[in-house]
Amino acid sequence: MSQDRSQLVETIRDVVAQHAHLSSDAASLSASESLYTAGMTSHASVNVMLGVEDAFDIEFPEEMLTKETFESLDSIAQAVATLQDEQ
Amino acid sequence: MSLRTELGATDKVADQHEIPTGTTVVRDLPPDTHNTWEQRVEAVVAVAREHADDVDRQGRFPHEAIGECRRQRIFGAVVPQARGGRAVSIVELCALIEELGRVCGSTAAIVAMHFSQELCLTRHVDLEQESALTAVTERVAAEQWLLASSTTEKNIGGDTRTSSCAVVENGDGTVTVCKSAPVISYARYADAILVTARRHPEAPSSEQVLVVAPKSALKLDRTTPWDALGLRGTMSEGFELEATVSADHVLPVDFATISSHTMLPASHTLWASSWLGLASAAGDLARKFVQKKARATPGELPPGALRLAELEIELQRMTDVVRVNVRRFADQADDVSVLGSMPFAIAMNTLKVSTSELVRQIVGDAMVIVGIASYSNTGPWSLARPLRDAMGPSLQVNNDRILKNTATLQMVSRGRR
Repeated sequence: MSQDRSQLVETIRDVVAQHAHLSSDAASLSASESLYTAGMTSHASVNVMLGVEDAFDIEFPEEMLTKETFESLDSIAQAVATLQDEQ
Repeated sequence: MSLRTELGATDKVADQHEIPTGTTVVRDLPPDTHNTWEQRVEAVVAVAREHADDVDRQGRFPHEAIGECRRQRIFGAVVPQARGGRAVSIVELCALIEELGRVCGSTAAIVAMHFSQELCLTRHVDLEQESALTAVTERVAAEQWLLASSTTEKNIGGDTRTSSCAVVENGDGTVTVCKSAPVISYARYADAILVTARRHPEAPSSEQVLVVAPKSALKLDRTTPWDALGLRGTMSEGFELEATVSADHVLPVDFATISSHTMLPASHTLWASSWLGLASAAGDLARKFVQKKARATPGELPPGALRLAELEIELQRMTDVVRVNVRRFADQADDVSVLGSMPFAIAMNTLKVSTSELVRQIVGDAMVIVGIASYSNTGPWSLARPLRDAMGPSLQVNNDRILKNTATLQMVSRGRR
């Protein structure tokens, strides 16, 4: 994982810790672990989306607003990286 | 005397049409006819119409109409033909519910709820493979099983995506679920109940599975009766439910997927179809009433005519929103990227809220047009039963809860529809 990418994941981890209301500690999550299995409800996932948009000053397009995008720290990082590349 | 003992003592519990818990009813069905689907629907609607008033008056299960569903092999209609069903489309299914809604709101509601569960089986069990759940699905068609649903839970209410109860492994290949259910519609009359629960005792409240509990595996202890304003035949009583089934009765897909891909869109389109039937029948009565007046004074519009024209606007609006969304679900039913998308979730939410409010408004407005004759509990112009039935839809899964969910989605929606 590149330096940039791991920095990305850590920023997302902070957002997840604040908004996902997981039943486990966000600090111990692996990057590929399912956030839904860790207890993130669909309601909480909306707050994670908003938090990530704010943290990176981006706006997810409609086609990225799926359950899959917010499945794990990695999948969110992938989406953010894609959007940053486009900018 | 405890409430439960008191309830147990009422004669409503000893109902000859009830399926006793812990048993499987061996149903003696007459040989199937060669009726077309349309003829089958017609037969069921005729029986539902005949008994609707008595079902409502007595607040009892519509056993005649459900019995006719079994005779006409309505249950299992969406099961593939290779498994004994007739692979009826979602559009045809919604048309059946709409016709039932015109004559008996309770029967329409029960058949709608049955099919929202049947679709969960046919869409989330791999019916190409032999399995315990494939066998259950075959029995729905072969033995005309009526399926009920238990999602609502004490202290959680109508939030179907949250469970407190959990699937507990017994170590012998079986699992047990115990749920305090404030309401399970027609539970005492169902052949099986599909129960939501957390995947295991340590799982978070949102990590749910769907467990199929045939009556033979169920214990139901009735805690609250059903004596409601409307939809009185749905027998939506409260229960302490305990089910012990072999572990292969847990659906293999997580409930989050089953809910968004099937249970929510199926419930909302089927329910909305039943309310459209209810509203359309009330609209027909109002139209007939005004036309009767018009015949007495040709050349002069009778007093209710403008109100009738206004009512038509609402009826057209409701018909369109139901038809479009039934078609939306039917057309996209196999496209998981659409079913899991936000615009689809919002569309199903708004379908529920708009149609449940429209049915209340339309039946009430029809009553104003017909006047005092519709206010009577009996007689050819009575709208009393439809009016009472029409009050329920906004409350069963409260519209505010659905609006709140939609509001959350609006915070990130880009407005695509």
